[in-house]
Amino acid sequence: MADTRPKAPVDQAGEAQELRRTEHGAQVHEVAVGPEREFTVAARSQRQMVLRRFLAHRLAVGSLVVFLIVVILSLIGGRFWRYGYADVVESTAELSSPPSLKHPMGTDGIGHDTLAQVLRGAQKSVQVALMVAFLSTTTGAIIGALAGYYRGWIDSALMRFTDLVLTIPLIAILAVLAANVAEKAGNWFFIGLVLSFVLWTSIARVVRGTFLSLREKEFVEAARALGASDARIMFRHLLPNATGSIIVNATITVAVAILLETALSFLGLGIRPPDTSLGLLVSAGQQAATTRPWLFYFPGLVIIVIALTVNFIGDGLRDAFDPTQTRVRA
Amino acid sequence: MATTLPQQPAAETGGGPVLEVKDLSVEFPTDDGVVHAVRGVSFALEPGQVLGIVGESGSGKSVTSLAIMGLLPRSAHVRGEVNFRGRNLLKLSDKDQTGIRGKQIAMIFQDPMTSLNPVYTVGWQLQEAILAHQDVGKAKAWTRAVELLDLVGIPNARERAKNYPHEFSGGMRQRAVIAMAMTNDPDVIIADEPTTALDVTVQAQVLDTLARVQENTSAGIVLITHDLGVVAGVADRVLVMYAGKSVEIGETDAIYYDPRMPYTLGLLGSLPRLDAKGDEALTPIRGAPPSLINLPPGCPFSPRCPMSRPNCDSDEPALRPVAGLDHVAACHYAEELAGDVAAAEVFQTTEADVQALEELDHLGSLAEAEAEAKQAEERA
Amino acid sequence: MLSFIVRRLLISIPLVLLASVLVFLLVANSGDPLAELKSRNPPVPQQVIENREHELGLDKPLPQRYVTWLGNFVQGDMGETVRGVEVRPLLWQRLQITLRMVILASIIAIVLAIGAGVLSAVRQYTVTDYTFTFAGFLFLSMPVFWLAALLKEYGAIRLNKLFGQQVVFTVGAETPNLTGSLGHRLADYAGHLFLPTIALALISFAAWSRYQRATMLDVLSSDYIRLAKAKGLSRSRVMTRHALRNALIPLVTVVAIDTGAIFGGAIITERVFSWQGMGALLVQGVETSDINVLLSWLMVTSVIVVLFNLIADVLYAVLDPRIRYG
Repeated sequence: MADTRPKAPVDQAGEAQELRRTEHGAQVHEVAVGPEREFTVAARSQRQMVLRRFLAHRLAVGSLVVFLIVVILSLIGGRFWRYGYADVVESTAELSSPPSLKHPMGTDGIGHDTLAQVLRGAQKSVQVALMVAFLSTTTGAIIGALAGYYRGWIDSALMRFTDLVLTIPLIAILAVLAANVAEKAGNWFFIGLVLSFVLWTSIARVVRGTFLSLREKEFVEAARALGASDARIMFRHLLPNATGSIIVNATITVAVAILLETALSFLGLGIRPPDTSLGLLVSAGQQAATTRPWLFYFPGLVIIVIALTVNFIGDGLRDAFDPTQTRVRA
Repeated sequence: MATTLPQQPAAETGGGPVLEVKDLSVEFPTDDGVVHAVRGVSFALEPGQVLGIVGESGSGKSVTSLAIMGLLPRSAHVRGEVNFRGRNLLKLSDKDQTGIRGKQIAMIFQDPMTSLNPVYTVGWQLQEAILAHQDVGKAKAWTRAVELLDLVGIPNARERAKNYPHEFSGGMRQRAVIAMAMTNDPDVIIADEPTTALDVTVQAQVLDTLARVQENTSAGIVLITHDLGVVAGVADRVLVMYAGKSVEIGETDAIYYDPRMPYTLGLLGSLPRLDAKGDEALTPIRGAPPSLINLPPGCPFSPRCPMSRPNCDSDEPALRPVAGLDHVAACHYAEELAGDVAAAEVFQTTEADVQALEELDHLGSLAEAEAEAKQAEERA
Repeated sequence: MLSFIVRRLLISIPLVLLASVLVFLLVANSGDPLAELKSRNPPVPQQVIENREHELGLDKPLPQRYVTWLGNFVQGDMGETVRGVEVRPLLWQRLQITLRMVILASIIAIVLAIGAGVLSAVRQYTVTDYTFTFAGFLFLSMPVFWLAALLKEYGAIRLNKLFGQQVVFTVGAETPNLTGSLGHRLADYAGHLFLPTIALALISFAAWSRYQRATMLDVLSSDYIRLAKAKGLSRSRVMTRHALRNALIPLVTVVAIDTGAIFGGAIITERVFSWQGMGALLVQGVETSDINVLLSWLMVTSVIVVLFNLIADVLYAVLDPRIRYG
């Protein structure tokens, strides 16, 4: 655009100054209006803000650290520990022994090293939980997106199915389903599949909700007017808005999956011998709770630690994505 | 910071102002720093008078009203004096403040949709307001409630009192809220943006109701709004707020016809007016209000002020009398605005569009422009 | 209001029907009730197996089996277990036992959740808040079977020692062959209910208390609370009549939605305390691939959950006038 106005002078700071000619009565003022003085706090991208808010949550960050440690230990710890989970000690003196240097979590009546078993059980639980979180999140997000965007029969079907899943106690569904796959009895992968089959609904509901509320907004209309395809609108415009809820929900799903898997195993309907699960360990150890507490407490505490850290992380994430209550320092 | 309160002629009833705010300051600690929401506001309200407090969002007007009522969150730091009938409300115990609230000072909030409790009938809520401060029986309180609804213009009040808030329209809800404010014959009514959430036609009804209330109770009304049109019709005096401070106070006519603070002038200029001469452009005030956390020294309006001089950025102007004792403004150069200065003379009108259109006209069609550019290239 | 209830009822019926389809699909394909028969040694003659198959109706196509089963079910005929025991009275007896725990635990959990949630919200960011929040998180992350086992192994002995006699029991829902006055029987039930109900209640209250806290915080920052204060009402009146009255409404929905989950928790708790309730029946049904038991179990549970949700809907309408005519 051709500049018909006089060239702007440059002040000491090197910033170009805008000149304004104002006519006031008979006088002509040439007033230099400086560059827009920035009084506001520095602008940040949304991702940075979320990260910053999450990091401010000391509990969530601490939990994240602990959780990562537990996951890494459980996934590869078994390989480094001198005992395998199925190994049996040779000397009878070591049977049912309390925690010691040699067996930090003690041993059971048959001679298994409890730490080895706990590591194995944790590995199975973590594997199942992560797999379920991934599968159910992906499936749930896609189905929820389709339901919220297209509505119609997909939406009705989804809502009905979600209602059903809520109606029938999960444990019961899982019990029946797990028995179905009894041929591949107790394989963690199939337990994971079964759990995913039921748990995807909560994420689907959340994503559906977001899509429903946003699909009528103007930016969607604008995108459509510009010729964006449905897929593009869904993935580039609508889905990012649901990211926060999806991530929070996925975290919660991890915790729920662990608790459900261990419960199933406790009932004897989940992961079965010869493999082990934290639920199985608790089941085996409960009678000995008073006489040989290490068999009962360690597996239980590991479950609690995993679920607790995941829940704290989820809480921190929820706050980071949507701080509706401004935290006012007392 | 020394401020001069405008000196108003003593009210006919004598006895001085019913509400006097002196140097009120409110600060909120937040994650990003301390927000100075209100920075030394002072005004006086005479009985039977309507004071309009005008300002943009974030100017501190709502916080001022909440501070007077004692409804700020506990984390807020409040300083100064709020003298109601001689007593400083800020120094009163919570119990004493509760006694005054709803009885001698009443408040009306902005959003009628959410102001009323959805699970109780409108009549019940009015009845509750009456029973809280008056020693009467339930039946009598109910009758009074119905009377009040009638007074504010709710048709078929006796039946309507048994309705729930969601069965009322927005305007009717706000009138019910006004009725609630009136129940105990308060001396001061603070209305915080009472018409903002309503349609224009309904606005008129609500303002009319407010006027009627004033006739009935001779209460002093503080009307907070960002709508200059509303204030013009109802207020006796106007207080203009900017960035937590009052920047101009005076009688309504004085403010509207003889503003002495550039911000006020700018506000008035940005209003479309029926008596404008047809094709006069509007003069918006460019930029945005400053952050109340990192306020630099000097006048807070300076970055957006076309009249700004270097000393405006270093010395914050105090309120001083500019035209008679009861018209005060906070500007170093208020004198320059004396006489009938139009906003367009000080502020730039929106001209970018006009220029662009001229350019386009000059360029003609796109093809011609391309041809020209190509020619220019070949020549180069 | 009546029309509201009727409409809600009508909506529930298709849901129950849909549940029946899902349940049938789920169960009819699970396991083989004749597996035990087929794996016997010496092998059972094929004819006997086929006869049994025909007896149980397993040789008919799936949709037909569904209709037959549904028809029988709504008339009250739930068939027999694989061992020939009539399902209906068995189910009913087990249901009563489990319902004792479910209802009592729910009530305790609701009271705890309201207390913790409201106190946390009113005293936000104080020690009270942090304590309740931590407790909530802890119980949310605790497997119910572990807590139940913990209470069983440690709680029982300590409590009984405290009282010098056995007041708290850890096995079964009641002492077998119980006779005596109603008071005596109730005391016995209570003694057996004590520990399992606490375990279930603690786990359930956790999630609800977090929700209640959030709801209460929402309510406390709402405009109508501000207006109530501006009216000059006393703090206690604002809290109870205005804040609490609104904050309790959403909890109704949350509790209703969780009914299935509470049942699930009850199943596990029963296992720990060796109760002969619905939990034991389910496990037995799964282990023996007992179609009739599983079908009836799942259907009855679904109906109960739908019923609870219906009650919750009505309660919600009573509490919130905005819903009544929707």
